[in-house]
Amino acid sequence: MRSTIQGTMCLAVPGKIIALEKGNAEVDFSGVKRSVSMDLVPSAKKGDYVLVHAGFAIQLLDSEDARETLKLFQEIYDRSR
Amino acid sequence: MTAPAKLENAEKYRFNSPLWRDKSLASHAFAEMRALTAQVSERTGKTVNIMEVCGTHTMAIASSGMRKLFPPGLKMLSGPGCPVCVTSQGDIDRILSLAALPEVTLATFGDMLKVKGSGGFDLNHLREKGADILVVYSPLDALAFARSNPLRQVVFAGVGFETTAPLIAASVLRARKEKIKNFSVIALFKLVPPALKLLLSDPQNNISGFLLPGHVSAIIGVEPYRFVARGHKVPCVITGFEPLDILAGINMLLRQLARGRAEVEDEYYRAVKKSGNPTAIKLMAKVFSPADASWRAIGRVKKSGLVLSPEFSGFDAVRRFKIAYREAPEPRGCLCGAILMGRSIPPDCKLFAKACNPSSAVGPCMVSSEGACAAWFKYGG
Repeated sequence: MRSTIQGTMCLAVPGKIIALEKGNAEVDFSGVKRSVSMDLVPSAKKGDYVLVHAGFAIQLLDSEDARETLKLFQEIYDRSR
Repeated sequence: MTAPAKLENAEKYRFNSPLWRDKSLASHAFAEMRALTAQVSERTGKTVNIMEVCGTHTMAIASSGMRKLFPPGLKMLSGPGCPVCVTSQGDIDRILSLAALPEVTLATFGDMLKVKGSGGFDLNHLREKGADILVVYSPLDALAFARSNPLRQVVFAGVGFETTAPLIAASVLRARKEKIKNFSVIALFKLVPPALKLLLSDPQNNISGFLLPGHVSAIIGVEPYRFVARGHKVPCVITGFEPLDILAGINMLLRQLARGRAEVEDEYYRAVKKSGNPTAIKLMAKVFSPADASWRAIGRVKKSGLVLSPEFSGFDAVRRFKIAYREAPEPRGCLCGAILMGRSIPPDCKLFAKACNPSSAVGPCMVSSEGACAAWFKYGG
């Protein structure tokens, strides 16, 4: 299946904070780097993953939760084989 | 059938892992979906109608090609979650009137450029005639333009849902802090929970369950949807945007329906926390106030939108430029309104793929990259 991440208005993409200064972060989106405002996620730290929409981080992403979701998908697959 | 990539290999790409769209994992999700749909049909004797409220979900479903693989007893309906599409014709006209003012630079997301006003022209037409229109990725780009062009009046077209409103709130606060006087916003924001309430208030509605928007929910959290499950007994699942997220979200809804349950569940918990983003909610409440808003083909809906609150009225473009609101009719024959309410699908419209197509769109559902008609046109049903 193709990746489905498209659109504009409510589109938000995950990225990793690689530098942080005065409420602005440099965020790495799989190789593409961009300056992102941390106004809405003031507690974010270097190394955190954030969800970015139109130049603003809107939420912290939980890496463990992502792993758990993927694991669940795989367990369903393994069980039904 | 090839085995899926192993989880260990996906470790370092956790959020961009190919596993999120792995075909073998998906085929099992589809098998589960077929079995669950059969169970629900047996229980209720009806087709299962699941509404994906969010335009980004509409596009994700269409572009992944998954619609063709849904079982026949399961129907996906697009909802009122494409911001450009739900903006009323009268409000589109107001944006166009602002853009036509010689002192104004209208800053907007790109989706707005080809939405026609009731005069039959769009922002692109105005641009050809000399209007100054700035397409931005972020409201901060508009603010930066205002900072470096103090003689221009920069007006941001504030179209969007709870995902977008907090960023505009943060931008207005920055403008106030930096005393940037030539920046203002036309606030046309819409709220998702009142839209759900409206859909459910229609006795003709046939919605079995809601696939709820992941990024709106990343801001507002889980609580605002409780009334849907508790009061209306319609199950809800907050869902992410990767193909497997969507399949998992649908299966979670089917499981609730098969067991006769109605709850708000969160498939996208890696991004959506129970209380959402409290900082964003606080900023939004500081800068904006709930107000009645006009929805395309639906009309005024009580407390369904956000406008600038009195403390920030100095940043209100409607006040600054005294732009009046006038009701305007929808384009003739356009079914956008019915499509947004889940009562019709794009091929039901006589104009679809004929008079109305992406290069010459009649209604906004064909214009916006998140519109249901644009998705059906580009990827098929």
